[in-house]
Amino acid sequence: MSKMSYSVPIGPVHPSLKEPMTFNFEIYGERIEKVNLAPGDNHRGIEFMGRQRNPIQIIYLAERICGICSASHPFAFCQAVENAAGIEVPERAQYIRVIIAELERIHSHILWAGVAAHELGFDSILYLTWRAREEVLDLLEYLTGNRINYGIFMIGGVRRDITKEHIPRIKKTLEYYKDIYAKLEDVFLNDPTIALRTKNVGILTTEDALRLCAVGPTARASGITKDIRQDQPYAAYADLEVKAITPDALTGEVHGDIYDRIIVRLLEVVQSIQIIEQCIENIPSGEIIAEKKLVKLLNQLKKAKGEGIGRHEAPRGECIHYVKLNESELPEVWKARAPTYNNLMTWVPMLIGQQIADIPIVIASIDPCIACMDRVTILNKDNGQKSILAKEDLHKLSVQKTRRITP
Amino acid sequence: MEYLKPDEIVELFKKKLDESAIIDSRVETKTAGVKKNSYSVIWLQVNPISFKDAIKLLCTIQFPHLAIISGNDLDKEIELTYHFSIYYGGRFKEISINLATYLPKEDLKIPTITDLIPGAQTTERELKEMFGVTIEGLPDLPNIFLPQDFPKGVYPLRKDEKGVEIKVERKDEVKKIE
Repeated sequence: MSKMSYSVPIGPVHPSLKEPMTFNFEIYGERIEKVNLAPGDNHRGIEFMGRQRNPIQIIYLAERICGICSASHPFAFCQAVENAAGIEVPERAQYIRVIIAELERIHSHILWAGVAAHELGFDSILYLTWRAREEVLDLLEYLTGNRINYGIFMIGGVRRDITKEHIPRIKKTLEYYKDIYAKLEDVFLNDPTIALRTKNVGILTTEDALRLCAVGPTARASGITKDIRQDQPYAAYADLEVKAITPDALTGEVHGDIYDRIIVRLLEVVQSIQIIEQCIENIPSGEIIAEKKLVKLLNQLKKAKGEGIGRHEAPRGECIHYVKLNESELPEVWKARAPTYNNLMTWVPMLIGQQIADIPIVIASIDPCIACMDRVTILNKDNGQKSILAKEDLHKLSVQKTRRITP
Repeated sequence: MEYLKPDEIVELFKKKLDESAIIDSRVETKTAGVKKNSYSVIWLQVNPISFKDAIKLLCTIQFPHLAIISGNDLDKEIELTYHFSIYYGGRFKEISINLATYLPKEDLKIPTITDLIPGAQTTERELKEMFGVTIEGLPDLPNIFLPQDFPKGVYPLRKDEKGVEIKVERKDEVKKIE
């Protein structure tokens, strides 16, 4: 019989996803030979919706682009509007913004660690990590009033102050994460099964990462020292010591595999703790917002003319917003770009040559805003027979592989 | 690595390209933090004819990172802005470069840059769908963000008759009684 290859579409829609997506795989035996990406199954037209809103209303729309990066998008958007309209942000507000953004990074990376463990079949680690994540969500609720969609960003500053009474609680949470970090590091970096499933799997070379414009931990794990907090420091990052983390900080070499992405994210949790500690120590006193009266602010924006970009290093990578104001109530252009948009293409070199059972962990490894697959159709080219694999079946395959190779 | 200053980069573009290539240039300096450290943003307006040459020149400085291409419908023409950054990897070194170009609506064509920067494919395909800009040299791939059965000749982010109708009624708007 001639070489028989299967076409395997994966996707597209699952209610818990922000950006559902379809993957079409050409499979020969267990090996992936070709990958086609087809996103956009649930394109919400956020930029189109933004055309009917004024800049202050857009902040809350931007916050809802992503449930996990709900500080990153308003952060970038507010910076873009401030750059376009020439608004100076008070220094204290810049520090508060950084504290919130770094707390978000802690919870996002720990959430990712749980998802990765789940995809590998270690559900006990999923429970451990997501329990640990609750602590920082509680702190965010204490500081901003909300667990997610914090609603703290405003053009020209922030809406709530961090006062002296808040500091002990922040310190307590940071101590908690310092304690739990040793446990997480031991579980993820010293476990032989995790090493077997992730080392030399889903490799992205430095060259490919550059050519495909990868961002965030995905790029850094491939050895590119690219981090906006280091390269083009904005807000309080300009005062703080931030260095882009690459996996050679721990192991001395860069492979660009999933294991390296785990290292980068775990080390970034430690980095975030250090950044928050520096912020608490050095936070200046003063105003927290440039213009308190929103009607006045809206009038100022209505008269503004100009364009600006706002960039923020979100947990998943660079998040960039472009805003053009043209002396009207509504902004002329609002363009938002989430990090997964750029990291999308990196899946192709990562997935080619891998096995079907590796699909979930490779896809999860870039920490996409779409980490879930709800159905898979396997089409047999020879007889046109169709069989459908649900997400659970794919997950089962992944778990079976872990069991099989566990020493 | 040798780092050029923002003004030197603008000069380089003006020198290496044709006289009419760079229509407008602007360098912005932004400050941040208590110590007021600064970073630079370059805005260039490029003639569509020399656009590909400008990207080629940019690639010789350092392999640029392309963030996104944004579009803007200006009635008679469409403005495209390519948001790049170069000199990443060093503290305080990164410079954002935004290349804008205006395409008349009768001749909505721009060469692809995927041969230079393969990562540009997603954003070029988005541009094609949302604004109806013909990207010369880009393979004819299916829709990336719009549904496959989306009507042809309708471009959602256009503000003219080829755009989509706004069917949302704003309840917060106070209507004048005549």
